[in-house]
Amino acid sequence: VLPTLMIAAAACQARAQTPPRPTPPAPAAEATAGDAESDTARKKAPAPGRGGLSVPNDDPFPSTYKAPAAAPFAIRNATLLTAAGPVVTGGTILVRDGKIAAVGAAVDVPAGTTVIDGTGKFVTPGIIDDHSHLGVYAAPGGQAESDGNEATRPNTAEVWAEHSVWPQDPQFPRVLAGGVTTIQVLPGSANLFGGRSSVLKVVPGRTVQDMKFPGARYGLKMACGENPKRVYRQRGPSTRMGNVAGYRAAWIEAEQYRRKWDSYLGDRTGSAPERNLAMETLAEVLRGNILVHNHCYRADEMAQMLDVAREFGYTIRSFHHVVEGYKIADRLASAGVAASIWADWGGFKMEALDGIKANAAILQQAGARPIIHSDDPSGAQRLNQEAAKAMAAGAALGLPVAPADAIAWITRNPAWALGLDDRVGSLEAGKNADVVLWSGDPFSVYTRAEKVWIDGALRFDRTAPPETWWRTDFELGFVPVEAR
Amino acid sequence: MVRSILSTSVVGLALAAAAPAAAQPIAIVGGRVHPVSGPVIENGTVVIDGGRIAAVGASVPVPAGARVIDAKGKWVTPGLINALTALGVSEVGAVPATVDTAAEGEHGIAAAHRVWDGLNPASPLWAIARNEGITSVVVVPSGGLVAGLASFADTAGATRTALLRKAPVAMAAALTADTAGAPSRGDLLLRLRRLLDDAKAYGARKPDFERAATRDFVVSRPHLEAMQPVVAGRLPLLVAVDRAADIQALLDLAREYGIEVIVQGGAEAWRVAPALAAAKVPVLTGALDNIPSGFDALGARQENAALLRRAGVAVIVTAGSVESFNVRNVKQHAGNAVAYGLAWDEALRAVTLAPAEAFGVADTVGSLAPGKAANVVVWSGDPFEFSTTVEQVFVKGAPVLATSRQDLLSERYRTPGK
Repeated sequence: VLPTLMIAAAACQARAQTPPRPTPPAPAAEATAGDAESDTARKKAPAPGRGGLSVPNDDPFPSTYKAPAAAPFAIRNATLLTAAGPVVTGGTILVRDGKIAAVGAAVDVPAGTTVIDGTGKFVTPGIIDDHSHLGVYAAPGGQAESDGNEATRPNTAEVWAEHSVWPQDPQFPRVLAGGVTTIQVLPGSANLFGGRSSVLKVVPGRTVQDMKFPGARYGLKMACGENPKRVYRQRGPSTRMGNVAGYRAAWIEAEQYRRKWDSYLGDRTGSAPERNLAMETLAEVLRGNILVHNHCYRADEMAQMLDVAREFGYTIRSFHHVVEGYKIADRLASAGVAASIWADWGGFKMEALDGIKANAAILQQAGARPIIHSDDPSGAQRLNQEAAKAMAAGAALGLPVAPADAIAWITRNPAWALGLDDRVGSLEAGKNADVVLWSGDPFSVYTRAEKVWIDGALRFDRTAPPETWWRTDFELGFVPVEAR
Repeated sequence: MVRSILSTSVVGLALAAAAPAAAQPIAIVGGRVHPVSGPVIENGTVVIDGGRIAAVGASVPVPAGARVIDAKGKWVTPGLINALTALGVSEVGAVPATVDTAAEGEHGIAAAHRVWDGLNPASPLWAIARNEGITSVVVVPSGGLVAGLASFADTAGATRTALLRKAPVAMAAALTADTAGAPSRGDLLLRLRRLLDDAKAYGARKPDFERAATRDFVVSRPHLEAMQPVVAGRLPLLVAVDRAADIQALLDLAREYGIEVIVQGGAEAWRVAPALAAAKVPVLTGALDNIPSGFDALGARQENAALLRRAGVAVIVTAGSVESFNVRNVKQHAGNAVAYGLAWDEALRAVTLAPAEAFGVADTVGSLAPGKAANVVVWSGDPFEFSTTVEQVFVKGAPVLATSRQDLLSERYRTPGK
């Protein structure tokens, strides 16, 4: 078992990502202004739709996820942390057809609906981990399962995390049992551009396509700081300035690529430009179709990356491992960039030296968008506990964060970071019924997820015999049934 | 003085607890007192005098002139112990100049490596641990088959002497698939046997050895010397080992050589719980690990601590891995151990008296009992709950809550941009 700091270092070293995203096209306007010419070029281009405009087949690995049919049910007399308003005590949630039908203090439950007694229990939205490496750094680990970092060149924007995901990773069912329903699987952080992320539902599947969140946007993993310059110190970049030069050179090339393709796609005359997978991904970022997830610990480097994004007309959706987010919480708030953080990791390398537990609370107070992420298969199982630590540190600093707000750190805010907040991340009528029933207050160390539903289907039930729980192929015959 | 003590020999020696003689006695009154060595005392009093616990009870008189601390509504416990740390010897993991956990050794054996030689009292990490109620740690070396000698330290002290409570307290070793580049587990056991045989032979024939009249030994004299208390059964071998079969092999080895062992990690220890109980071998385990993270740990489960305890094994809850920045998370592990079946009182014992007993310092720490060092924490409530705050921390009777480097950063940026 690796020491935590080793896990952290390995994780951060190896992370890259790519989340998919559903319908609503990211407006080109969201990709901020470059020069006048590129603005014009953008206006001439057809409105960007889902997936890439530049690709012959914009969804070559389509999701085959299907929510199982499930009977309606209601949880009654529970404390509801909806992530969309105040705490509701003695509340009811009604689920029908995979969606949340009603939530509140007074909900009519149709006769014949299965009713679960929530007395003494809490209900939250399914937890969302926007920084996961499940499947790409699968258990039991070792070289055979090390598929998260294509650490062969500083720019591997062409790789897609989903092509590394092993659906039989035994970490999936354990993370589900922690109440996690949606994850963004990212490539590692060895590279300036690590590749595309993949957004998955935490469900059993024979293929990664069976797990892919339908319509979710892809993300692009980028990484700042120590990791790329360490990994490539022999060939470069070997410095932070080398890192930044590397981002800029790639975006210059990507912008040319985008213009060439957008021009061709505007009238489809002449022969199609040559495809380039890495440039396709970066061009999709410039069009606003792929969300940027940027591993970046230090405050000053984040400020530089915000400038790089402005220079090339893209937006950063979330910084990750934002150990120093609290130092520029105001800047992150005004830039509208989410801050994905650990509650209490720090100190394992120089750029992590200044980690403080009150990070989330300071970000919250400044109006930024804190997210508690895991980057780790153990932490992912207890994001509620991580949030609780961050709450306590805030209170100790005189910055208390109410449970109704803190729950958003692990639900609504990461849903936003993935561009999925219109579907998941809160308990609101019309949203996907990703629901967790907790044995008690999820911010208590003694509480455990009791039941977890995804799209209204019960996927984990701690009260059921363990032999009925999801077991991956790998576990059969290797892992004792009771070892969970 | 400490220097001379430390340089003499590695034979277990209790270092003088340099107790700052607090002039004024302290009485913590009205709290819910968990002595660990006895039943809970509601509305109890703990009296601290001269750096030691003077009295604990429901009807203990407050000494004249004592500083009285009102603990009404609070919980009072012994200071917590994290028995698996690199506190003071690993500052920034990725910066080798700040990491002093491993020695080169010979053939993967660094028995004479004294981890406390690198102990840095000036590390800002002590305060982080201390401020969260951790008053003692075991500092464990790592690397290779035999990593060296571990020490038991309090978390407050301006000098190495003041920090160290006892050194050595164990000989750290490892028996996992990736230990010391060994081609097989059999190879590791072979190397351990050879080391133990050589240490015994050396101990029996020191004069011959000095005359070069013995066969060649696998390691040089300092390492053979350091192994003497181990082969004599006076210093436990603290072995990082996860797989059930390997734990069993370790128990067999311990019986064969008559050595004391402690299991560290023990992901699959629950599968051999009765054997561990019969051999009276304590187990250090975290309580969050349930991932089959390697072929050594396929049976990892969060109920490990509870199942071991139920079988009668002395369980010590740690923060899972060797911690320095997050030594404090031993509390979270203890709470999770409870969520997964360990009785609450047993969980508190597993982070106080149990580690003190396993590492041979229970005569001076680990419980609130008269005569013991006054390592005491006053909490706003249940120490394992995240929302609980630490109200007071005493190490050897001295209040030690202090602004940490992380506190300074928090205050500086409490309102960013302002």
